[in-house]
Amino acid sequence: MLDGMLIGLQTVLTFHNLMLVFAGCATGTLIGMLPGLGPITAIALMIPITYGFDPSSGMILLAGVYYGAIFGGSTSSILINAPGVAGTVASAFDGYPIARKGQPGKALAIAAYSSFAGGTLAAILLAATAPFLADLSLGFQSADYFALMLLGLTLVSAFSSQGEYLKALMMTCFGLMLSTVGTDLSAGVQRFTFGRMDLIDGISFLMLAMATFALSEAVMMVLKPSSNSEPAMRLDKTSLHLSLPEFTSIIPSISRSSVLGFFVGVLPGAGATIASFLAYGVERNLANDEDRKQFGQGSLKGLAAPEAANNAACTGSFVPLLTLGIPGSGTTAILLGALLAYGIQPGPRLFIDEPEIFWSVIVSMYFGNLMLLVLNLPLIPYIARLLLVPRQYLIPIIMFFSLMGVYLVSFNVFDIQMMVLIAICAVLLRLLDFPMAPLLLGFILGGMLEDNLRRALAVANGQFNFLWERPTTVVLMSLVVIAILIPLTRALWPKPKR
Amino acid sequence: MALLKGFIVTAGLLLCLSASAELLPKTHFLIPAGPGGGWDGTARGIGEALVKSGLVNDVSFENLSGGGGGRAIAKLIESAERQPYTLLMNSTPMVVRSLQKVFPQSFRDLVPITAVIADYSVFVVPKDSKLMNFHDVVQAFTADPRAVKVAGGSVRGSTDHFIFARAIEMAGGDPRKVVYIAYDGGGKAMAGILSHESQLLSTGLSEAIDMARAGEVRVIAITALQRLADAPNFPTLAEQGYALEFSNWRGVFAAKGLPPQRYLDMMETIEAVVATPAFEEVRRRNSWTLQLKQGDDFYQFLEQQELEIGTLMRQLGFLRPLPSPGQ
Repeated sequence: MLDGMLIGLQTVLTFHNLMLVFAGCATGTLIGMLPGLGPITAIALMIPITYGFDPSSGMILLAGVYYGAIFGGSTSSILINAPGVAGTVASAFDGYPIARKGQPGKALAIAAYSSFAGGTLAAILLAATAPFLADLSLGFQSADYFALMLLGLTLVSAFSSQGEYLKALMMTCFGLMLSTVGTDLSAGVQRFTFGRMDLIDGISFLMLAMATFALSEAVMMVLKPSSNSEPAMRLDKTSLHLSLPEFTSIIPSISRSSVLGFFVGVLPGAGATIASFLAYGVERNLANDEDRKQFGQGSLKGLAAPEAANNAACTGSFVPLLTLGIPGSGTTAILLGALLAYGIQPGPRLFIDEPEIFWSVIVSMYFGNLMLLVLNLPLIPYIARLLLVPRQYLIPIIMFFSLMGVYLVSFNVFDIQMMVLIAICAVLLRLLDFPMAPLLLGFILGGMLEDNLRRALAVANGQFNFLWERPTTVVLMSLVVIAILIPLTRALWPKPKR
Repeated sequence: MALLKGFIVTAGLLLCLSASAELLPKTHFLIPAGPGGGWDGTARGIGEALVKSGLVNDVSFENLSGGGGGRAIAKLIESAERQPYTLLMNSTPMVVRSLQKVFPQSFRDLVPITAVIADYSVFVVPKDSKLMNFHDVVQAFTADPRAVKVAGGSVRGSTDHFIFARAIEMAGGDPRKVVYIAYDGGGKAMAGILSHESQLLSTGLSEAIDMARAGEVRVIAITALQRLADAPNFPTLAEQGYALEFSNWRGVFAAKGLPPQRYLDMMETIEAVVATPAFEEVRRRNSWTLQLKQGDDFYQFLEQQELEIGTLMRQLGFLRPLPSPGQ
């Protein structure tokens, strides 16, 4: 491994390649900040530029664009509750409340530190374990994915405020129902499309997130100005300052979420979105009672966890890409296309046959993450200034960017109409104190839960014995049972008050 | 997106070093899917070659996903007068989805210009599989249809599914007993056979060729009549006794009502571009098989394919039978 790292360092530490890391991160961050434009668009745009480069340089640039875009996406999540990409939705849960409290600079700084730590830790894990992890990512079958998604669903308790479990459950079911719209993969039939062509591909996750978060938030700011009281002007909004206790309190969350995010990213069937939701839920369940109340209200841990996890998952997704040649997501599929275009076949022999490519991508990740931090920390005060804009201008800006972001993805007016309709429903539900996050959780897990269940059933010839036939499934299913039982026992046998 | 489009156009202009005689002042590719897929890659590949070879200097791209590709077709038909230089990218699924009534239009509502590349279907097994050839597959299937689970990266009833069902039918098996496991994309389907969840993968050659060259998987049959020059060690289905030929074409279409001269110019431009070194580089990079079918030939080919696929899908129960005349 050390030899490999040296080869990688030699390749990356040239002026040319360092400039490419810088260019990739900067472009990625800029594109990622625009709501609606994510890593897929950013990479697809950059690929033609890289054809003139040698393969290592090309991959260094594209990898920079990739995590730059994920990093940039969290900015709009935090500042205006408008997640730019699916992987940063969970960052809005606590990032936006922190920003609303008058500390946008701090929120962005935490996001930057967590992303940096997540990306770097995952890059270390990648360097140390990538050759062995290929087996892990192939050890996961549909039955295991089903159990993993089920485990994700049990985290719904993480998204319910005190005593609102029923409402959170109802919203989760609503999300699961919405996820059934569109063409059914296993049967090839259309469901709930009402004969409309626009619904054949299902409801877009980004549109749903923008409608329920950004657009409805803008309306809520008008309807309930008191609940989002004007941030105290005395506070220095642009301050990046984190106190030492605050800093040390988020370090365990970041480390746990980075490891979790990395391993979820390694699985071709999961990805950054699932990783960030899981990390958020796990952190809330691990937190003590005092801390737990903070989640959803502006918890530092609640922001640090998904930010570390989504960056770590992006790095993790390079494992199946580089060691097996299997893309787990749309983004890595484009990266695979680029690699093949350079004449490189990823696979188990890549780090033997083409060590300089394998290792230079990994080494460039360290530099990329460092570059992102260096690039973004000085900019945060200027970016955070957006929130100094008076409300009467800020609200239209949020509306404009969220509608525009959704339109730019699909160029479909129907999506905008549906988005407005969903936003109206979301505002009504929010006025009745229904939480929105469980809806998104149900929606994103629903599709994968169903597909994997039906695949597992088909593979097991229609029998449910797949649930206990493989050790991985059994372990995950036991975790599901534990996750359901713990809150139940707590509710039935409350701790005696001291 | 306008900004991005502008950027691409400018980049295109900058890349252009030599300008030869242009038949078309500009070309606009309408891609019925988001960036990064097969349609997108083909359109951008052709566009890149057009600019580099100086055949067309003003090339732009538009991604319009939705409706299984139907929205882009509908848009081109609706705004035909405003789309004089637009080429819509499409492929075999257009015929399939039109038969399945996913969208109401078919290739008849457009002007087929040129089919550019062909991608044969392949059946693939992991390198340690006991299935060595298609004969083994048939034997295993006849013994127990559930012993050969077929993975595919597309929905049930799509080409990946019915081409395997057709091959089984030719071998005397019951095509309706094929257990097809649908994955969300070719990459995950490949992971499906590598994790031994499914036993066989039915996919396009371009999706499997690199893994096969790396020795991770074995191609046990390709749906061509003769072995391919690019991949001479892949046995054809024909040489194993079943003369089944099927390829997924990718080609371009224009809107109806274009002047006859421009129709010829479009065909000539595509014909010229595939002969350039710039396109050859793109082709080699993507392991595409060039297979030109132009104008009327392309139209007749589409009619033929629609008939074949329609008959096949009805036989296999993927489509309702046609009402018999007189009913």
